[in-house]
Amino acid sequence: MDDVFSNFDLVLKAFWMTVQLAVLSGVAAMVLGTLLAAMRVGPVAVLRTVASTYVTVVRNTPLLVMCVFVFFAAPNLGLLVGTPFLVKGTIAVGLYTAPFVAEAIRSGVNAVPLGQAEAARAIGMTFAQNMRHVVLPQAFRASVPPLASTLIAMTKNTSVVAVFGIMEATARMRYFVNRNADDTILIFVVFAIGYILLVELISLGAVGLERRWKAAR
Amino acid sequence: MTVTDDAPVGSGTPRSGEPLVELTEVQKYYGGLHVLQDIDLTVDRGEVVVVIGPSGSGKSTLCRTINRLEPIDSGRILVDGAPLPQEGRALARHRADVGMVFQSFNLFAHKTILQNVTLGPIKVRGLAKGEAETRARELLERVGVAQQADKYPAQLSGGQQQRVAIARALAMDPKVMLFDEPTSALDPEMIKEVLDVMVDLAERGMTMIVVTHEMGFARTAANRVVFMADGRILETTDPETFFTSPESDRAKDFLGKILKH
Ligand SMILES: Nc1ncnc2c1ncn2[C@@H]1O[C@H](COP(=O)(O)OP(=O)(O)OP(=O)(O)O)[C@@H](O)[C@H]1O
Ligand SMILES: [Mg+2]
Repeated sequence: MDDVFSNFDLVLKAFWMTVQLAVLSGVAAMVLGTLLAAMRVGPVAVLRTVASTYVTVVRNTPLLVMCVFVFFAAPNLGLLVGTPFLVKGTIAVGLYTAPFVAEAIRSGVNAVPLGQAEAARAIGMTFAQNMRHVVLPQAFRASVPPLASTLIAMTKNTSVVAVFGIMEATARMRYFVNRNADDTILIFVVFAIGYILLVELISLGAVGLERRWKAAR
Repeated sequence: MTVTDDAPVGSGTPRSGEPLVELTEVQKYYGGLHVLQDIDLTVDRGEVVVVIGPSGSGKSTLCRTINRLEPIDSGRILVDGAPLPQEGRALARHRADVGMVFQSFNLFAHKTILQNVTLGPIKVRGLAKGEAETRARELLERVGVAQQADKYPAQLSGGQQQRVAIARALAMDPKVMLFDEPTSALDPEMIKEVLDVMVDLAERGMTMIVVTHEMGFARTAANRVVFMADGRILETTDPETFFTSPESDRAKDFLGKILKH
């Protein structure tokens, strides 16, 4: 156990990597997921089909397979060659999480009364303006709980990229476990606490947002 | 025509007689249901037309086709001489010129009252924020809810919300205003405050198409009453004639029912 504490900077660095991965993937997933949700409720049939196909296919693909695709298959096809691991990890986790975000937001969109979008159309807003200023802001409010669950799952999912040699928290945990087999449980507890802290941060953020938006609903 | 605070007030407002909204041979189906049948209706600039009729007769659908919230299957709708655009930006621009007030207010729940009124002018008309806010406050003043500018819709009474909805539509400087049963979701004591705003608007010369069963409003403000049943326009007359001596049996029957309540 001393090994973990005397090398605590390694632990912190690993969690910093996890935080970076989670934040970058989270942003990527939110942007792509919002776009997919807007496409799915939009007026263009082709985009609706593209979005729902993406959601179906990716949602049914294990994250590990997505990672294999980004880390190995893509470079073989001449894509993402020489891209840093962090970026590849972000792409894999972001692409994988986007459909879950899209579905959470779409459930939020469905919770926005039809009259809201109709009133926006009636004052001459285009579909994009309607989404941006009227429907999505309200949909986000209704989507906070499922979005928080999605982002929490995503944060934990970042551990999968450990397999591909990124020294994030889970990879670092295995490193310590390999060096200190007797302290396996303690090491596990230390890293579990780290993950719990990260996840609690997301939960707290969600609770805060819900409280703030209560008046304006 | 734009309505501003210094627009002339009173029934002496000049009403130029040229047509502003023209529906010709309009047909609309919902699946097998023929909801608008052979609709011919011309509304002149400055005219106030009340549309009345039993539930399901197609009044809402008629309103909604005029700003193309619902497409029609055949026929022609002209607003200010131009046919309704099919899609996209041109259609959005058309809708900005046609104000609409809904039965259920539909104020943007996540925006303050002031933001509800400025959103369209800023995003659709491209007005500067300050300019839009000045104008919005004038309109809120005019409909009597200036004190509520920083509240959210849910904090207002139904009557106040509907008046804000009218201000929101007016902020776009529409050529014509459509009202779809604007008072039927309101408690009785709030109906008058909304009708007063509408009468004021009519007196200022706004062109209005109003679906309502409020006979008082029809008598005070309407130039014409259009009676609809089963997707057809059965009668078009002046309010007094319609309410005292309707022609069709359907209208007599209908009036008998609403007068009893
Ligand atoms: N989106 C829709 N899909 C299918 N049928 C519809 C739709 N909207 C309305 N209808 C039908 O069309 C007919 C006309 O409806 P509309 O709402 O225009 O009537 P209305 O005169 O406004 O009635 P009310 O007084 O109840 O508001 C009704 O039979 C209604 O059931
Ligand atoms: Mg109706």
